[in-house]
Amino acid sequence: MPNTDKPTHTLSVYVSNKPGALARIAQVFARRGFNIESLVVSAAVDGHFSRMTITCSGDPEGLDQIIKQMMKLVDVLHCIDHTFDKSVMKEMGLIKIAVDTGSRSEALQIAEHFGCKTVDLTPESMILQVVGDPAKIDALEEMIQKFKIIEFVRTGKVVMSRGQDIT
Amino acid sequence: MTNSAMEGGQAIIRCLENEGVEYIFGYSGGSVIPIFDALVTTETKIKFILVRHEQGATHMADGYARATGKPAVVLVTSGPGATNTLTGIMTAHIDSVPMIVLSGQSVSWMLGKDAFQEADIFGMAMPVVKHSYLLRSSNEIPRTIREAFHIATTGRPGPVLIDIPKDISAGSCTADLHAEMDLPGYKLDASVDNGTILEIAEALAKSKRPLILAGHGAMISGAEESLKAFAEKAQIPVTNTLLAKGVFPETHELALGMLGMHGTAYANKAICECDLLLNIGSRFDDRILGKPELFCADATIIHIDIDNAEIGKMIQPQITCVADAKLALDELIPHVPVIDTAAWRKHLDSYKVKYPLKFKRKGSLKMQHIIDEFYKLSEGKACVATDVGQHQMWAAQFYKCDRRHNWLSSGGAGTMGFGLPACIGAAFGRPDDLHVCFVGDGGFQMTFFELATAALHKLPIKIVVLNNHYLGMVRQWQELFYEDRTSGVDLEGNPDFVKLAESFGIKGFNLRRPGDVKRVLQNALDYNDGPCLVNCEVEKTDNVFPMIPAGAAIEDMLIEPPKRKLEKPTGST
Ligand SMILES: Cc1ncc(C[n+]2csc(CCOP(=O)(O)OP(=O)(O)O)c2C)c(N)n1
Ligand SMILES: [Mg+2]
Repeated sequence: MPNTDKPTHTLSVYVSNKPGALARIAQVFARRGFNIESLVVSAAVDGHFSRMTITCSGDPEGLDQIIKQMMKLVDVLHCIDHTFDKSVMKEMGLIKIAVDTGSRSEALQIAEHFGCKTVDLTPESMILQVVGDPAKIDALEEMIQKFKIIEFVRTGKVVMSRGQDIT
Repeated sequence: MTNSAMEGGQAIIRCLENEGVEYIFGYSGGSVIPIFDALVTTETKIKFILVRHEQGATHMADGYARATGKPAVVLVTSGPGATNTLTGIMTAHIDSVPMIVLSGQSVSWMLGKDAFQEADIFGMAMPVVKHSYLLRSSNEIPRTIREAFHIATTGRPGPVLIDIPKDISAGSCTADLHAEMDLPGYKLDASVDNGTILEIAEALAKSKRPLILAGHGAMISGAEESLKAFAEKAQIPVTNTLLAKGVFPETHELALGMLGMHGTAYANKAICECDLLLNIGSRFDDRILGKPELFCADATIIHIDIDNAEIGKMIQPQITCVADAKLALDELIPHVPVIDTAAWRKHLDSYKVKYPLKFKRKGSLKMQHIIDEFYKLSEGKACVATDVGQHQMWAAQFYKCDRRHNWLSSGGAGTMGFGLPACIGAAFGRPDDLHVCFVGDGGFQMTFFELATAALHKLPIKIVVLNNHYLGMVRQWQELFYEDRTSGVDLEGNPDFVKLAESFGIKGFNLRRPGDVKRVLQNALDYNDGPCLVNCEVEKTDNVFPMIPAGAAIEDMLIEPPKRKLEKPTGST
């Protein structure tokens, strides 16, 4: 998934919940040749605002400009780079794999190791739900390769700063 | 206070009145009929100017704003009416000019369904506006217009678009016309950090060869008096960008005039030799940097800008100050010492003597000659609009500006077709001043239809068409960098511009010989029955110097026509 050679960055953006806000933000990245790897948007506690967590890849020098350009947008209240801080970063993944009675118990063993929940089970397949930091989901993906992965969906990362720090 | 219901269109007009709007430049159409109707039913004092093309309306609003410092309004219909404004919006955006564009839109319930003349102008304009709105309800009108003016005119100014579906302008608005703004994300902190000011003053005190680079930001903030006081106290020479012509008197003994690709040799040499550069409100445009990595490589660079995103974008300064230019200068003045720059100034003065801007008055008719003579006859007091090309650069070189708001030129965008409508807009804003428009034969033909607007309102503008029968600036590049392989630049088929003017009822003059320059220009200046046009048949293949080839180091400036063959330029344009 993550774009190969360029480093990835994790930003949180707090914006007014206005039409077009997301498009304006996306344009800032596109013009500077940054690739958005994942994007999570949800309403903030106060419904007038939205929270975004953006994971993107591109050269670090350009990132400073991107943050400034975003801060310049009328709808953006703040934009914070969490790449190097100790924020809580979580993601959820759903993996549908092809398993039959013969292979099911091995799959369940792996699932248990990663703390997955089995959220769907049929004679030919099952869906595992995994929650954790993105590296954990990557690891699960690798381990589960030995089964046929039918579909794999990730939510993208969400972050929250610890203690009194602002996200 | 809620207002007793009025139509959305009427609320729009009342809100524009509250913002002090004098003029609306625009063009009608189906989706804006309710707003046009409100111009009549409200009996407003706002004057509506019917242009001939929506691009013309945007440049008029732009020229009005640059010449007065006040925002103007553009009103157009949906679809093609709205898309015709994009060039003008982009031009205003990159030069930080305030403008409010009201575009009509299909009715709300047809949005996204390819209704007649539906165009997603909100989406299309997004990269070239400071902010934009798509109205969802008639009651949003008062707050939105209030916010739009606030955003357009504060901080770093820029255009704001409001897209207005027809059911919104026709619907009923009951909201308070003095609605509160709701802009929690719009931060305006122009205050000056005292520590930074002291740091700047200290760096200046240590400098032996300081130089001020004054940009458009200094002009916008109204810093001209402060800048003069500052430069005079500290004895620092000043160079200005194309857009900042007039923020510091170009005839002042500390002035070096415009720098950059076609700037004066002495300004560019000062850039190369200074040991400290104080940039006040310029965005370090690529046409002044040459090769960014070599730009002022050994000097201390200080950057004052109201827009934090400009800091470090092109050049990494040693000291940065995010602040309003005037406020920063006012803080600096008491702290800055008198710097002993006598030797440095003397050195630069020797460059002024050695490399003056010059041209030949004999032989073929030169654009420089005409501009220089116009400068003298008008005593440097005209409000000058230019188009884009060679004539623009020569106008910048030879029409010195001593006060702000007297120089209207599309800098960042280089939009051909800007000059005439911008001049018209300026004349609406300042009807008692002298207005001149220096325009090339190419760019003039992009928006000359606005002659009708100028004629109808009998605007006191002098249109000087510098007619070299070429897209001269492009031809110059082809001659210098592409072994004179001219391609797509010959304007054969130009109309007779005098007859063209006359067909609009505008007085026309022809100017062909150097010996006639003074007399013909004087006749044009004396003409006082509305606009007049001077068609100047000038040398076809003259070139603008000095010139720093795009992307080359400033040291590689060509002060005179080169004798050697030149490499193709590496810079973008
Ligand atoms: C709308 C637009 N199209 C193309 C250009 C590219 N361009 C820059 S200068 C120039 C030539 C302008 O010719 P003219 O108006 O005759 O002025 P001159 O250079 O001859 O003085 C052209 C084509 C531009 N700046 N704007
Ligand atoms: Mg020409």
